[in-house]
Amino acid sequence: MLSRTADNLYWLSRYVERAEYLARILDATQRLSALPLAYVGASNEWESAVLTAGCANSFFKLYDEANEENVTDYLAFSTANASSIRSCFEAARHNARAVRTALTMEMWDAINGTWLELKRYGNGPTSREEMSRFLRWVQESSLRYDGSAYRTMLRSDAYWFSRLGVYMERADNTARILDVKYHLLLPDNERVGGPLDYFQWAAILRSVSALTAYHWVYRDSLKPWLVADLLILKDELPRSLSSCYEAIVRNLDQISGAYGRQGPAQRQARGLRTRLQNSKMDGIFQRGLHEFISEFITENNRLGGAITEQFLI
Amino acid sequence: MAAAFDEMKGHDGDEVRPAYSELARWLKEVPADVLDYRRREAELIFRRIGITFAVYGEADATERLIPFDVIPRIMSGSEWRLLEKGLTQRVTALNMFIKDVYGAREILKAGVVPEDLVFRNPAFRPEMNGQRVPHDIYVHIAGIDIIRVDAETFYVLEDNARTPSGVSYMLENREIMMRLFPELFSRHRIAPVENYPDELLRSLKSVAPLSTPREPTVVLLTPGVFNSAYYEHSFLADKLGVELVEGRDLFVKDEIVYMRTTQGPQRVDVIYRRVDDDFIDPLTFRPDSILGVPGLMSAYTAGNVTLANAVGTGIADDKAVYSFMPAIVKFYLGEEPLLKNVPTWRCREEEHLKYVLDHLPELVVKEVHGSGGYGMLIGPTASKIAIEQFRAKLKADPTNFIAQPTLALSTSPTCVEEGVAPRHVDLRPFVLTGSNGVRIVPGGLTRVAMKKGSLVVNSSQGGGTKDTWVLDG
Repeated sequence: MLSRTADNLYWLSRYVERAEYLARILDATQRLSALPLAYVGASNEWESAVLTAGCANSFFKLYDEANEENVTDYLAFSTANASSIRSCFEAARHNARAVRTALTMEMWDAINGTWLELKRYGNGPTSREEMSRFLRWVQESSLRYDGSAYRTMLRSDAYWFSRLGVYMERADNTARILDVKYHLLLPDNERVGGPLDYFQWAAILRSVSALTAYHWVYRDSLKPWLVADLLILKDELPRSLSSCYEAIVRNLDQISGAYGRQGPAQRQARGLRTRLQNSKMDGIFQRGLHEFISEFITENNRLGGAITEQFLI
Repeated sequence: MAAAFDEMKGHDGDEVRPAYSELARWLKEVPADVLDYRRREAELIFRRIGITFAVYGEADATERLIPFDVIPRIMSGSEWRLLEKGLTQRVTALNMFIKDVYGAREILKAGVVPEDLVFRNPAFRPEMNGQRVPHDIYVHIAGIDIIRVDAETFYVLEDNARTPSGVSYMLENREIMMRLFPELFSRHRIAPVENYPDELLRSLKSVAPLSTPREPTVVLLTPGVFNSAYYEHSFLADKLGVELVEGRDLFVKDEIVYMRTTQGPQRVDVIYRRVDDDFIDPLTFRPDSILGVPGLMSAYTAGNVTLANAVGTGIADDKAVYSFMPAIVKFYLGEEPLLKNVPTWRCREEEHLKYVLDHLPELVVKEVHGSGGYGMLIGPTASKIAIEQFRAKLKADPTNFIAQPTLALSTSPTCVEEGVAPRHVDLRPFVLTGSNGVRIVPGGLTRVAMKKGSLVVNSSQGGGTKDTWVLDG
């Protein structure tokens, strides 16, 4: 297939996945900031939302401080932010139009429908109620796109490149949350055990839609090191780094199987996957959680570069 | 101007013509609000599928819908057969003319078409002199605009031998009509159009360079998402099952065209290009073009790739050249033309110019290279001021204009605000030419001027479209 088509599909999936992630961050932040100070401490949740969204630099060029109003606007509706939910949906629709022939009717309908609907929200909801409806709608739109891709696409390179985009973006998002919040997940935080961090842990899990999953996997109350274990090493959780890399390797293998040749992208992905498989939380904590995450983010970006180099240009 | 011929009721308007009998009966039965409701439903479907087009020069309208009229335009089988023969004849002659112009130039030597009209024409491509193209076919896809003035008389208005568009509307209009009005379809036997993409692909493959050793690789070259016909490009690529490429997806190495794929370079044999001559190769034509492929012309002239349509076909789209078409048909085929030409005054000729200047209020004056309904004067409906302004333009550069009588385009029943009323229509059938012959899918795109009395059917000027039915028998 055309490199440009593959590139468009890959980024289309990334944009949709990113929009969903932003919606979940906003949702979790809204919950946290609504709690009495005694439960969450005096930290600025909105600032932390900007950090986890990975756009702190551009945000603080425009604003001196982060509050609900400007963060919500910046992450959800701003046209100045190339990664706002609106910008993501617009970029996704632009990409979809450019590669319509590679999309099924259902996928096009999902993206085009979302884009048409987006206009109804104008410059943003006026009430919290409307806002939470908006955030739910964003997540539903992403589910609809993802579901129609999964259920209607031919299992060929177009599908594998589009899945690759989903998992690369997902791995990056989960890693970013961990990068910002890692200090809350260190084992010695257990001593606090107070309500303060409890709600932070819950918010982290909520951001990657893993709160219920946590209880099913561990059958235990929230423990920070288990939260870290779930998000990094548990294959069962669809948004864990480990699970994302299982999928990345699988899709790259499909591509190289179909094309009859291996390349640097496969080798890099498999290397990272093996490292995740061979890791234990104890070891990660010993060597430093933050170092581990930073390294992962660098490696993940490098793989993104390798995929582009090998297939997309 | 005489009263227009109505496709449903003829000239006098008291008797329904046979092809429309079922439709007329149905129109009487169906309540007005049902038509209106279906019309809105159709619009919703168009918007949803994204069948939109862009109007150049309008900032706020990057994506607009072409109005769709739910009442079909109907032709009988015998009417169609007449047209089909005439179109085949015309396109055959067109191909011979273009081959001749870039080859032996017999028609110029014989003095049938004036030399300077060809050589001083901006659409003439000297790069094509002495070039053979595979199977001597230049116009693979023609979108010939036909108007009708009475039961027997059809005129060709334009030949559109470059990159005619609109075929996606022909196909989508039919799909939507079948969805909205199944009961109407059960009352008629209508020739299908859905095989057009297959016929097109067959024609395109048949003209691959003779040296192509394997099943030829065909691609569709688009200027990109911002082009007004982008929807059509992606629609066709999808139906053809070929890659939709932009200039940057292709490159030329050692006079061979390749596309960049996820598996490395892949050779391309046939390019159905929807990019104008001027933009296809910055090394040969406009150096500022970012839509084209550097070196494409070198691969083309080396005979390693086929371009459809060929480079240089614009010469036949010139409206002054058009005026010679009856003579062109006679010259190459020795036959009387089956389709009439609209009488045309060439303002480059002194006597013609004088006549045109004396009769501006009753004529239609067009630029010789114009298209899309831009830059023309419709005398009978223009204001005095507009006519005088146009007179000045015409005097300043007469060679740039031709004039024609204002023809009463036929009308067809159309769903408008005040109910069902006659509106003027034209017809653009799509004529395919491959090494395997000429093929025309029965029907075409009917364009309709939605405004009462208006004769301008172009979508860029607010015109709409209709499904076009060719009946059995």
